[in-house]
Amino acid sequence: MSEDVKKPSEPLFSKKNKKLVTDPLTDNNPITIQVLGICSALAITVQVEQGVVMSAAVLFVLIFGNVIISLLRNMIPSRIRIIVQLVVVASLVIIVDQLLAAFLPDVSEKLSVFVGLIITNCIIMGRFEAFAMANKPWPSFMDALGNSFGYAWILILVSIIRELFGSGSFYGIPIFGSPLPGEEWGLYTMGYMNNNMMILPPMALIIVGIIIWVQRSRNTALIEEH
Amino acid sequence: MESTLDIFVKAIFSENMIFAYFLGMCSYLAVSKTVKTAVGLGAAVIFVLTVTVPVNYLLENYLLKEGALEWLNPEWADLDLSFLSFIMFIAVVASIVQLVEMLVEKFAPALYGALGIFLPLIAVNCSILGGALFMQERQYSTILDATAFSVGSGIGWFIAIVAIAAIREKVRYSNVPAPLRGLGITFILTGLMGIAFMAFMGIKYGKDGEDDKKTAQVVVVDDNANENNDY
Repeated sequence: MSEDVKKPSEPLFSKKNKKLVTDPLTDNNPITIQVLGICSALAITVQVEQGVVMSAAVLFVLIFGNVIISLLRNMIPSRIRIIVQLVVVASLVIIVDQLLAAFLPDVSEKLSVFVGLIITNCIIMGRFEAFAMANKPWPSFMDALGNSFGYAWILILVSIIRELFGSGSFYGIPIFGSPLPGEEWGLYTMGYMNNNMMILPPMALIIVGIIIWVQRSRNTALIEEH
Repeated sequence: MESTLDIFVKAIFSENMIFAYFLGMCSYLAVSKTVKTAVGLGAAVIFVLTVTVPVNYLLENYLLKEGALEWLNPEWADLDLSFLSFIMFIAVVASIVQLVEMLVEKFAPALYGALGIFLPLIAVNCSILGGALFMQERQYSTILDATAFSVGSGIGWFIAIVAIAAIREKVRYSNVPAPLRGLGITFILTGLMGIAFMAFMGIKYGKDGEDDKKTAQVVVVDDNANENNDY
């Protein structure tokens, strides 16, 4: 750290900082490669709206949390760091929860306990431990940005697939027509039916498994031994 | 009203923490490579859930819920501290895990040897906090129900992780497509197991009072209709 002080300050968007943002989007994705944050990610991907709101909540908590922990990093005794981190996340999550309950009560109801579970979302604790505790605020901010977008795009991709094939709509807008008996239109008049499997929780796991499959076929360096 | 046994059985099977809510997936995927470690972590989860949920239940009902502080002072009957519940629950979980770790180390060194490395991991396991939050959301009427729920969830989690670990030990000898090895196949397997566990959802637990009454009424109406037709 002391060496950094002597060096001329590096530009805000240096190559290294840009890499912090772009890396987690693909080759070091928090969900498909590091396997973090699955806990709260899969249950809420039935509709795109929930996926977007959840991603925004994680973005908020991760960015503020990473910057706060990074600012405090030299003051936190290492023995109690987990508790300190938990208190920071829990306070941020309370803010998110109260905001959601006030401004988006419907979505807040659907997300139910999963907003609270952002506290134990492994991405957040993982980034605090692995990055913010050892880095300055600005790189921590970039790292948080990269990781939360890496989380968000998988979440939104899964929710688009599940909503499109499970309910035949996108963000609540019907795409394939309406299946209501008596007022059918679109594909449903030709006998198309929604795949109810997509709405059930296990399909989220299978879709993520397939995303991992596609990603690792494209980048064979990521293949595991077993 | 559900009986305590219904809550217990439901928490194990149809509302399984892993297959229905994906709670505790991170450690589920990371520690399920061999059956032995899976059993250790599963046992630790049962243990910690059994201890923390009743404590959080008391906290919720005598401190946080709207009107919960009435027993201290009647004037505080309309105080609602439930916005503090996240921070209270996580603090309780983290400190109980610490406490349990120290107690187990002092009084049961053999158990500590078996659970030791897993206990600190558990403080940030989603299923523990998830148990507390579900308990809050479902508003169990007695502490016995809440405890039945927590023990059941723990056992459900244990079954899930031991089952996937056993399958992963076998899968090691199978010819899985290379990009799917490791993580990918584990996800798909968990999905398939989840579908299998959904079969438990159709089971009717005990007597569902209201439903029975409704069907009874419908039957009565039908009888009358038939009689009217006869006339």
